[in-house]
Amino acid sequence: MVVSATSRPGGGRGSGDPGGPPPPSGAGRGRATARLSVRLRRVGLPYLLILPALVLELLVHLIPMVIGIGMSFIKLTQFYIRNWSAAPSAGWSNYHLAVDFNGPVGRALLHSFFVTITFTVVTVALSWFLGMAGAVLMQGEFRGRGFLRALFLVPYALPVYAGVITWSFLLQRESGLINHVLVDQLHLFSDKPFWLIGQNSFFSIIVVSLWRWWPFAFLVLMAGLQNIPQDLYEASAIDGAGWTRQLRKITLPMLRPVNQVLVLVLFLWTFNDFNTPYVLFGKTAPQEADLISIHIYQSSFVTWNFGTGSAMSVLLLLFLLLVTAVYLLITSRRRSDA
Amino acid sequence: MLTRKPYVFAVAGALMFAAAACGSSDDSSASGSSGGGSGSITYWASNQGTSLESDKQILQPELDRFTKETGIKVNLEVVPWSDLLNRILAAATSGKGPDVVNIGNTWSASLQATGAFVPLDDTQLNALGGKARFLGPSLAATGAPGQPPVGAPLYSTAYALYYNKHMFKDAGIADPPKTWDELVADGKKLTKDGKWGLAVEGASVSENAHMIFTLGQQHGGDLFDGSGKAQFDSPANVAAVKQYLNFIASDKITNPSDAAYSNGTEALQDFIGGKAAMVMWQSASGTLKTGGMTPDDYGVAPIPLPDPSSGGRQIDSMVGGINISVFDSAANKDGALKFVKFMTSKQTQQDLNKAYGSLPTVTDAYDDPAFQTPEIKTYQQILANTAAPLPQVTNESQFETLVGNAMNQLFADAASGKPITDETVKAKLTEANQQMTN
Repeated sequence: MVVSATSRPGGGRGSGDPGGPPPPSGAGRGRATARLSVRLRRVGLPYLLILPALVLELLVHLIPMVIGIGMSFIKLTQFYIRNWSAAPSAGWSNYHLAVDFNGPVGRALLHSFFVTITFTVVTVALSWFLGMAGAVLMQGEFRGRGFLRALFLVPYALPVYAGVITWSFLLQRESGLINHVLVDQLHLFSDKPFWLIGQNSFFSIIVVSLWRWWPFAFLVLMAGLQNIPQDLYEASAIDGAGWTRQLRKITLPMLRPVNQVLVLVLFLWTFNDFNTPYVLFGKTAPQEADLISIHIYQSSFVTWNFGTGSAMSVLLLLFLLLVTAVYLLITSRRRSDA
Repeated sequence: MLTRKPYVFAVAGALMFAAAACGSSDDSSASGSSGGGSGSITYWASNQGTSLESDKQILQPELDRFTKETGIKVNLEVVPWSDLLNRILAAATSGKGPDVVNIGNTWSASLQATGAFVPLDDTQLNALGGKARFLGPSLAATGAPGQPPVGAPLYSTAYALYYNKHMFKDAGIADPPKTWDELVADGKKLTKDGKWGLAVEGASVSENAHMIFTLGQQHGGDLFDGSGKAQFDSPANVAAVKQYLNFIASDKITNPSDAAYSNGTEALQDFIGGKAAMVMWQSASGTLKTGGMTPDDYGVAPIPLPDPSSGGRQIDSMVGGINISVFDSAANKDGALKFVKFMTSKQTQQDLNKAYGSLPTVTDAYDDPAFQTPEIKTYQQILANTAAPLPQVTNESQFETLVGNAMNQLFADAASGKPITDETVKAKLTEANQQMTN
C-alpha cells in the first residue's frame, strides 16, 4: 500500500502535469513567484507522499528500536517494570555482562552465538542448494510440474505453528513417527534416540528449519530463472554447450543478482528465527540447539532482566548490520569487477 | 485545485494511519482492562481443569451467581500456564490489564516486588473473614514475610504420590512405599514389559524446580541462605538433584523418555495409560477422573520422608496453590475486591475445589462431605504437617527458571546414558547459581 503510494508521484507528474502552467487567475502577479511555488510543490510532492510511510516506519520500526537501545542502559528488573523512569542507570554494565566471556552469562551467550552461526550457515547452504536444484530441475515442461511446484511451496504457505508442532510430534522419542520408522520398522538403532533433547536436537532444528526455508529459496530462484532469455540456451546449445556448461556459464551468472539478495535474506531470517525453535523446543531450548533468539528471550523475559536482554539484542543488531554491510560490499564489488 | 489534491490525500493518509494505529491500541487496551464502567470486571483465570474450555464451563455458573448477587458482570479469560506469567508481566509493564488475576502462589514475592498488585491490609483481610479463616501455609504463600499479602489464597494443593492399585497388586506390593529405598525397590518390581515404576516430567522447568526444593529440604539444604543469596550448588542440593536424576540414571525405574516431557501433562498421561505405576503430582484427581480412573484404581499417599536420623527435614511437599490478586491498575478496584471476597466465600470455595480436586483455602469450607475423602484427608495432613512454602524471595521466579533449566539438561544427559556424578551435577548448579543477577 505504501509502496504503491510512493510510486505514484512520478506517474502523476509525467502524465497530467497539472502544476506546469501558471495558475489561470492572478496573471498580474509576478511570474517568478508563481514558478517558484510550482517548483516547490514539484519538489515537495514526493516527500509529502512518502510521509505516511515515513511516519509508519518511525512508529513501527525505529521507535521500538530506540526504546530497546535505551532499555539496554538501565537496570530494568521486576522492581521497575511499572515505572521505567525510576530504574537506575546501568551504564555499560549490561553490555559488560553480555560480553564478559569468562562470566557465566557471557559464556552462555557466546556458546549460543556459535551454535546459531553454525546452524545458520548449514541451513542457508542447504536451503539454497535444494532450492536451486528444485528450480533448475523444474525448469523444463513436464506433466505434473504445476502440482509439484505447488507441493514444494506447502511448507512455506503453512502457518509456522501448525508445521513445526507437527514436526515436534514426529520427533517424540516414545510415540514419534520418526523413531517408529527408524527403530521399530527398520531396526537401525537398538535404543530409541532422542531428537528433541541432547546432541540430536541440533540436527532436528536444522531439518525443521530447512523444511521451512528451502521453499522460499525455490520460489525466488524459480522466478529468477524465468527471466533468463530462452535464446541464450538455444544459442549455447547450437555452440555445443552441454547441460552442466549451460548451468555454469548461463544460469548461475544470470542468477547472480537474485542470489545476492536471496542468500542475504535467508541468512538474516534464519539467524533471527524465533518461531521455529520456540515451537519445537518450548521456552527452554536444549543447550546443543540454544539459538540466540530464544537465548535472548530467556535472558530477558524468563529471568525478568530486560536490561540485559536488550543489551544482547543491540549486540545482535550490530552484528547483523556488520554482516550485511560486509556482504553487500564484497558481492557488489565483485559484480562491478566482472 | 487539482494540484492540491495529492497533498490532501497524503496528509489525510498520514492522519488516517496514525488514527488507525491509536485506535487499534485503544481497542486492545479497552478489551484488556475492565471493559468500561463500574458494572463489569475482567478476570484472568489460570488453567486448573483439563482444558481451557472445561475451566470456562466450571467457572461460568459461579460468575453468573456473582453477577446476580452484585450486578457486576465478569469478563472471563482462562489463560494457559505457559502464557500466564508473561501476560501478567506485560500487564504490569503497560499498566493495562485485567482487574483480577490468578497467580501461582510461588510467584507471590516476585510479583509483589513489581508493585503491580493491591496489597491487602488488615481491613481488607477482615472483609474476607480475617486471617484466621485461611489455612496457615496457604496464607504464608501470598508474599514476602512481614509484608501485607498481595492476594488471597484461592485453591490449595500439595504434592502427593499417586500409585496404581492394580499394578501394585500384580507386582505383589501391599502398601505404598514409605521410604525412598522402598520406593526404588517397588519401582524395580514394577518396571517390566515396557511399563515403568515412576513417571516424572523431566523437561518441565517448574516441576523440576518444585521437586528440587522438596528433596533439597529432605537433605537438609536451602536454596537461599539467610541473607537471600542463592546457594543452589550446596552439597545438599547436589544430593537432591542426583537422587531425582537417578530414577533414570542408576535406579532405572523411570523411562528415559520422560526426560523430554515438558508440557506438564505427559507423565500423568503415562500414569493414566498404565505405562507407569507411580507419579508425584499435585491434585491430580480431576484429570484422573477425566482419564477414566476411579479411586478404586489409584491410591494417594504422602511422598516418602527421609529417615529422621539423617538430619534432613520432614518435608515432603511444597505448599502449592493458586492465589487471586487485584491489579493496582484495575479500573474497577471496588468490584474487583468484591469478586475476591466472592471467590473466597464458603459456597464458591466448595464448588470450585470440588470441581478441580484441589483443597479449599478456608477452614469453614471443609464441612462438605466431598472434602472428607481419603485423598483430601491425605492432602490435608500433608499441608498441615509436612509441607513448606517455596522461598518467598523476590527472585524466586529466576530460581525456578535457572534451576529447572539446569535440571532439564541434566535429565537429557541422564537419559542418554552420560554419567551423573556429584561433579557434573554441581557444575550445572553452579552455572545456574552464577546467573542469578540480583
